[in-house]
Amino acid sequence: MLTPADLDTLFLTFKVAGIATLLMLLFGTPLAWWLARTRSSWKGIINAVVALPLVLPPTVLGFYLLVLMGPAGAVGKITTWLGLGTLPFTFAGLVVASVLYSLPFVVQPLQTSFAMIGEQPLEAAATLRASPLDTFFSIVVPLAKPGFLTAAILGFAHTVGEFGVVLMVGGNIPDKTRVVSVQIYNHVEALEYSEAHWLAGCLLLFSFSVLLVLYTALKTQPVAHPLK
Amino acid sequence: MLPTTFFRTISTLALLLLSQTGWAATTLVTVASDFTKPMTEIAAAFEKATGHTAKLSFGSSGKAFAQIQSGAPFEVYLSASEKYPLELEKSGFAVIDSHFVYAIGKLVLWSATPGYVDDQGKILTTGGFKHIALADPSHAPYGVVAEEVMKNLGVLDKLRPLFVQGENISQTFQFVSTGNAELGFVGLAQVIDINSGKIGNGSGWIIPDNLHSPFRQMAVLLKTGAENPAAHALVHFLKSPTALAIIEKYGFGLPK
Amino acid sequence: MEHGSHGLDGLSFIVFACTSKQALNSGDWFFGVQSLLWPFHRHFYQSRSVKSAFYYLKNIMTTILARFQLDYGDFKLNVDLKLPGTGITVLFGHSGSGKTTLLRCIAGLQHAPQGFLAINGSIWQDSEHGLFLPTHKRPLGYVFQEANLFPHLTVRDNLHYGLKRIKQNSGTVKLEHAVELLGIAHLMERMPERLSGGERQRVAIVRALALNPEILLMDEPLASLDSKRKQEILPFLSRLHQQLDIPVLYVTHSQQEVAQLADYLVIMADGRKIASGLPADTLTRLDMPLAQDREAATVWQATVAEHEADYHLTRVTFAGGSLSLPAVDAEVGTPLRVQIYARDVSIALESPTATSILNVLPATITGIADDHSGQSVVQLQVGTQPLLAHITRKSALLLDLQIGMPVYAQIKGTSILN
Repeated sequence: MLTPADLDTLFLTFKVAGIATLLMLLFGTPLAWWLARTRSSWKGIINAVVALPLVLPPTVLGFYLLVLMGPAGAVGKITTWLGLGTLPFTFAGLVVASVLYSLPFVVQPLQTSFAMIGEQPLEAAATLRASPLDTFFSIVVPLAKPGFLTAAILGFAHTVGEFGVVLMVGGNIPDKTRVVSVQIYNHVEALEYSEAHWLAGCLLLFSFSVLLVLYTALKTQPVAHPLK
Repeated sequence: MLPTTFFRTISTLALLLLSQTGWAATTLVTVASDFTKPMTEIAAAFEKATGHTAKLSFGSSGKAFAQIQSGAPFEVYLSASEKYPLELEKSGFAVIDSHFVYAIGKLVLWSATPGYVDDQGKILTTGGFKHIALADPSHAPYGVVAEEVMKNLGVLDKLRPLFVQGENISQTFQFVSTGNAELGFVGLAQVIDINSGKIGNGSGWIIPDNLHSPFRQMAVLLKTGAENPAAHALVHFLKSPTALAIIEKYGFGLPK
Repeated sequence: MEHGSHGLDGLSFIVFACTSKQALNSGDWFFGVQSLLWPFHRHFYQSRSVKSAFYYLKNIMTTILARFQLDYGDFKLNVDLKLPGTGITVLFGHSGSGKTTLLRCIAGLQHAPQGFLAINGSIWQDSEHGLFLPTHKRPLGYVFQEANLFPHLTVRDNLHYGLKRIKQNSGTVKLEHAVELLGIAHLMERMPERLSGGERQRVAIVRALALNPEILLMDEPLASLDSKRKQEILPFLSRLHQQLDIPVLYVTHSQQEVAQLADYLVIMADGRKIASGLPADTLTRLDMPLAQDREAATVWQATVAEHEADYHLTRVTFAGGSLSLPAVDAEVGTPLRVQIYARDVSIALESPTATSILNVLPATITGIADDHSGQSVVQLQVGTQPLLAHITRKSALLLDLQIGMPVYAQIKGTSILN
């Protein structure tokens, strides 16, 4: 059965993933919009940087974040100067690391769905007196709904399942940074296989339900089709 | 059943053939990650002395334990604790009574900042730090010992809220070396300067043995290696004066 | 000088009033006034005549001035147009002639680095003064080649999309009128994907009209439709033309649409204007490829004069005389557009006495051109109206046709365009 400690880790995990997903949508949307439309020569570089976490082993990424956000790192010096202290071993640090790690899972579906919309509806909206920002919310967001849904769910699910980075940056502190994947790992390492099975089962069930909802929703969603 | 028997026969025959002709053999060894540096040097010495080869796989003792139980092809297991080898003998994965202590782990309270940790470890009582790093006591032997030390010093409950736990002793070392944790319990092997035999960087307090139960690191010969002369040779070599000198050089205590 | 600056104050007030009618930003109108007044200053000081300056100002209030220079390397647009501020102006040309680019520059969808654009007195672009009104601030309607409806909105929501974004209440009245005019009332709750191509395009036209724009820009609105759908929409466009008082810029490469819709015609090639004027004149210019085309035709404005019920004929009058047409279901006095294909016109030196052809009109030859494939194009004048005739080169030589010769034009067939 699930122990209270296990429940705590589940709760914490969803909290981290929820906040991280909101932040990723907040930052990822303008980024994806820019990437989908720019002709700047920076596009390639930024695209590559965003996709980097897909390639780097999580523990490696975690180690670099630990160095960067630590007292001697560039980010750590800025956060200390701002009076925030250093980020590793804090909930905020965990969220920041998760955002960086899962960002490609949010940016890429958004970028694709933005690119699919094309110029035409935007031009039509402009001729109907809609400012660019107005156009974005009244045309782009509804047309890119499947993209937003995919981005949010993939970002959330990926954050829930992440292990290497949180282990490295989080410091495995109960109630603060010990998320469910770390807890499962601890159970396994401590040979508490039955506890591990229970928790892993919960995670599996959750992930399956989320993906099921996603794919069912996407199937019934009137997918943006080329304008006629 | 039949194929298993068949394979056993074949492999036994092959091994017999090898040992009879006296050819050099290879043995696969899984080693607790804290023993990485000394074992690499010991393996080189082993090859030179016997002509056999030891292939090394480093990792967490707990993971190796689970892998062995799932049929991993390791022949010798150098664990960071006593628990796992004894368990394997009981469950029939290791050769009965083949276990032996190959080294005594030594713990250091260490900081990357010079002069931060005094040589009495008084800082544990005076405090003034935000984080103290240790390996996760739920499964890492270094963590268990570190907790014991704090308990014996009467500071465990006070310090518990400041814990940051590494998945293994290497990660714990990274927490401290990057300065994210002001200090932490690491292995002496990680911070020793092998030329001087003293702590190389930062500042540290080598924890006296009387503050914790003996931190015995135990090895065992696995059933898979029972017929391999190289595996037997390695077990033997680990007890040789050459190996013991290397073990001591890297900051481990010697088995008594 | 003294009384001159006096007059100027009154004028700048008028210009200000016109410009501020558009929701221009406070900074924009200043440049608008400046650039409008600059030529005025010139007029004024050169001629020292308030009257001439007033004439200039009155002219600019009913004129579209469009000057654009744009260089994409392999394509250059370089136009300087002065177009009437009322009726349908057709921009005609083959693909790649720059007509769509010109329209997009007028809409602000493309930003020509060098440009000046004034629509009936309001300045939308003036590069010299750094003025460029973004598309969404231009009071225009735009109909795209593809209807470009928003796929996630019903027809009704598509129609209201623009209305919600303008601050004027007359919009709903315009919308109802436009919905009725284009016959889409029964489609209001449908999603765009459930509409036929023709229906979509009609909705798109209503969507643009509903905003009560100061100019309607149409980019080949019929090009993506088959001929049946075209015939479904063309009557609506003609009606639009008669009932609404909005200047229209209409891009097409179809001669049929030119004949049917144009009040004014601009012919474009290689990013330049090669001819412009009234369609009757421009279509019959021998130096234009249009006159050589197999589909070359003349369009006359005519008026129903009399019905000959016994013969199922209708007599119409035009500036150069009268024509008998197959019965037209229209009251006497109704204006009509009559199209006469050049291939349906033949030439006789004397008035034929025995012929089945009803319409034989006295004419004068005003021009002859060879197309180097055995055909001659003869430009005639009937009364004050130009007329084209395609005849064989052999006939032209046998008849020894010369410019200035009086001849008779025999018209075998006509068609009514509206």
